[in-house]
Amino acid sequence: MEHFLLQIFVFFVAAAIAVPVAKKIGIGSVLGYLAAGVVIGPFGLSLIGNVESVMHFTEFGVVMMLFLIGLEMKPAILWQMRNSILGLGGGQVLVTTLLIMFVSVWFLPGRQALALGLILSLSSTAIVLQLLKERGRYDTSVGRSIFSVILFHDLAVVPIMALLPLLATGGTHEIVQHSGLVDISHFSGGVRFLLTLMAITAVFLLGRFVTRPLFRAIAMTGMRELFAAASLALVVGSSLLMMVVGLPAPLGTFLAGVVLAESEYRHELESNIEPFKALLLGIFFISIGASLNFELLWEQWWVVCLLVAGIVVFKFVILYLIAVLFRLPARERGYFSIVPAQGGTFAFVLLPFAVQSGVLPPLVSELVLTAVVITMFFAPLMVTAWEKFVERRIESKEGTGHVSPQGQRVIIAGFGRLGTDLGRLLISVGIKPVILDHDPVGVEALRNFGFEVFYGDVTRLDLLEAAGAAEASMLIVTISNAEKAKELVELAQKHYPHLEIAIAVDDWRVVYEMKDLGVSLIRRETRDSALDLGMDCLKLLGMHSYEAFRLLRMFKHQDLKASDDLYGVWREKGEETFISSFRDHNDNLAALLQRAQTRNMEEVGKGWASDKIIRATGGQPDDPPEIRR
Amino acid sequence: MDVDAAEAVFRYFPAVDQLVLFKVPSRNTFKIEIDMNKILLLLAHPAFGRSVANAALYSAVEGMEGVTCRDLYDLSPDFFINVKKEQELLLAHDIIIQQYPLYWYSTPSLLKEWTDLVFEHGWAYGSDGNALQGKYFMQAITTGSEAESYTLGGHSSMPLVSYLAPQRATARLCGMRWLPPFVAAGVHYESRAVLASEGQRYRRMLEALQQCSRLEELAEKYRITDGPVPEANALDRDLLQGELNG
Ligand SMILES: Cc1cc2nc3c(=O)[nH]c(=O)nc-3n(C[C@H](O)[C@H](O)[C@H](O)COP(=O)(O)O)c2cc1C
Repeated sequence: MEHFLLQIFVFFVAAAIAVPVAKKIGIGSVLGYLAAGVVIGPFGLSLIGNVESVMHFTEFGVVMMLFLIGLEMKPAILWQMRNSILGLGGGQVLVTTLLIMFVSVWFLPGRQALALGLILSLSSTAIVLQLLKERGRYDTSVGRSIFSVILFHDLAVVPIMALLPLLATGGTHEIVQHSGLVDISHFSGGVRFLLTLMAITAVFLLGRFVTRPLFRAIAMTGMRELFAAASLALVVGSSLLMMVVGLPAPLGTFLAGVVLAESEYRHELESNIEPFKALLLGIFFISIGASLNFELLWEQWWVVCLLVAGIVVFKFVILYLIAVLFRLPARERGYFSIVPAQGGTFAFVLLPFAVQSGVLPPLVSELVLTAVVITMFFAPLMVTAWEKFVERRIESKEGTGHVSPQGQRVIIAGFGRLGTDLGRLLISVGIKPVILDHDPVGVEALRNFGFEVFYGDVTRLDLLEAAGAAEASMLIVTISNAEKAKELVELAQKHYPHLEIAIAVDDWRVVYEMKDLGVSLIRRETRDSALDLGMDCLKLLGMHSYEAFRLLRMFKHQDLKASDDLYGVWREKGEETFISSFRDHNDNLAALLQRAQTRNMEEVGKGWASDKIIRATGGQPDDPPEIRR
Repeated sequence: MDVDAAEAVFRYFPAVDQLVLFKVPSRNTFKIEIDMNKILLLLAHPAFGRSVANAALYSAVEGMEGVTCRDLYDLSPDFFINVKKEQELLLAHDIIIQQYPLYWYSTPSLLKEWTDLVFEHGWAYGSDGNALQGKYFMQAITTGSEAESYTLGGHSSMPLVSYLAPQRATARLCGMRWLPPFVAAGVHYESRAVLASEGQRYRRMLEALQQCSRLEELAEKYRITDGPVPEANALDRDLLQGELNG
């Protein structure tokens, strides 16, 4: 026990030091974990012993990762992007796999060559997304093309995982993962197939029909830890089910993820599973780093160099050809090809997996893994170089300086009566808001109306994160509970200072509290609807529409202006003076509106008569020379 | 057309028998079959509740058969204009009249917005925009300054019709035939009684326009030329004196 705790302690400390450092130098957390592994491993400080067992245990992080990937796979989006995903992504994976296979067949047996091709064809989702976001290309047309490729990679891991064990030398169709619980291997092939099919169907049905009511019931209890337990149970359960029938566990969780991708509990699930996944995967990567055999690697350094060059060059060239084939605009082709030209995180998952399954010998795996690490390390540098030296010369036509609201991410917290109409407006304009609400019943009702609403407590940081607050440009707060609203605003300001915050509140006191917090857009919830109603009533009373409209406009404008002044009074002079100023303001408003109504148009018109004009200017106005004849 | 309307023609144009300009109903029979020109009257007054002159004119013609009256500021107080609806109405009428008080030698702002949006490219103008082709366009204007001030060098600087150049050119570009305006000038000096009689003049004019079968010839006179601009209320004289007769 002590020993175990000590091990865990070493891992955590290493991660806590290495990851921030890695992020600081801009190479990303994955490489940070690997580096930490190297440092504490046998070739570094030798702080840990039984790496293998740790690796085994933390492998479950991979299963969770696949679940989260599944959650991101919204069928609607996949369908919408199907052409570019299959064309660009599928083409790239296919051609890269074949090319790498043909080249490595010179050195390795065919099956190993194929496994290698498959593994290396995938790029690093994390690095690519990071690069695109950092450089503001995420929402450009190149960004979307690259994203399609990456999305295909995410999808491709699953079949590759299923395929790898089949490539094992020796037992042809012998499935490596034997279940310890239930052994179905003694059944005939047909029965086994049937069972497999049933397991997959079970995962589907479970996700579709059981989890949602279950989660809803849990949500009603309001106990968070129950939710975490249920989420974990779902992940563990679906992977168990797969293992029983002998399929790779990640396949099950991926499926479960996809089934739940459209559900209102997506963000909640994501935020519950994410920390576990991050932790397990982090330790998993550390153990990979620790298990690298540098003696061997050093002897074969030239192989590593060749591999690095091969990965980068092959990928770049193939992507470029695909870009030409699919007629991407000429100026986008280079960028499209350079960004995903590296090995991916998936290699760290798939390589050990392939070794376990007996597909690849450990040496090959380690060499390739080292090469992948190096390509990932170089990726940001290559893209920077590309932007600096190549793109500069290709005059980019993008970025006219006009920012269109479309494609921006907006989060609406609270989706009550106000949120509904607000959401409808934004959606009509072409902004699809991410909507969060904590009332499970309301969430379900709104989903029936076609809104994309997610369940969760909006004042939780991890839910905000899952909803994409880091990439969002605006947070609109429409929750009626003032305390919660304040809490949320403070949380958002602290963690996402870039977020533009807009808020609707129901009381002028809260307006001022929000002003104190420095919120830029504050609206009193009922004011405008009250005034609109008033305007329509004036019309019904017989006032001319435009007059009513003008008076309303005047009122709104004056009121808004005065509320700033009144805020000052409130802050500096206290409540009593405030009330008397408020009265004055109301009197002024009344005087203004009445003057506007009684302004005598006939008097104004008379001002246009010659004698009036002559009196005013003291004579005939000078004729402009061009019309004097 | 009802008998009232026929009566009106004869009242307004005493010499109507001799005028070929009008489709004259047979005096012997009351079964009158004339297809009247349909009139679309667009009123633009931002404070119609307090209007004197425009209210007098508008109330004199409101409810006339064959005249569709629309108070634009009432229909679009927030300046939102239902373009489709406006275009359909334009298509369904022969004569378009814009009635408004002269504001800064121009139209009240909503009328400009209305024109900007309704006269769409590809509908009103452009290579295949011919929806308004052959329609008649006229303005009915009230002014604060007197008629005499609208002369070159007068205190309103130029003849009134000079200020209508944008609308005149707009009409021409859209293939419409422009007619000289109905003008009630210096309206604030008029007593209410005078305004009422201006209202009657306005009504008679509209009735005459409804009946007129030779508007095309009439409009021909007012094509844009390099001569002096037509006079305000020139149409009155035309219709009355039957100048086109010869
Ligand atoms: C903003 C404004 C601008 C005006 N500009 C002019 C003008 O340029 N020339 C003129 O003769 N009268 C001008 N007038 C006077 C109006 O034309 C006159 O008051 C109106 O025709 C009276 O009609 P109503 O009783 O229907 O309001 C102006 C009046 C206002 C309020």
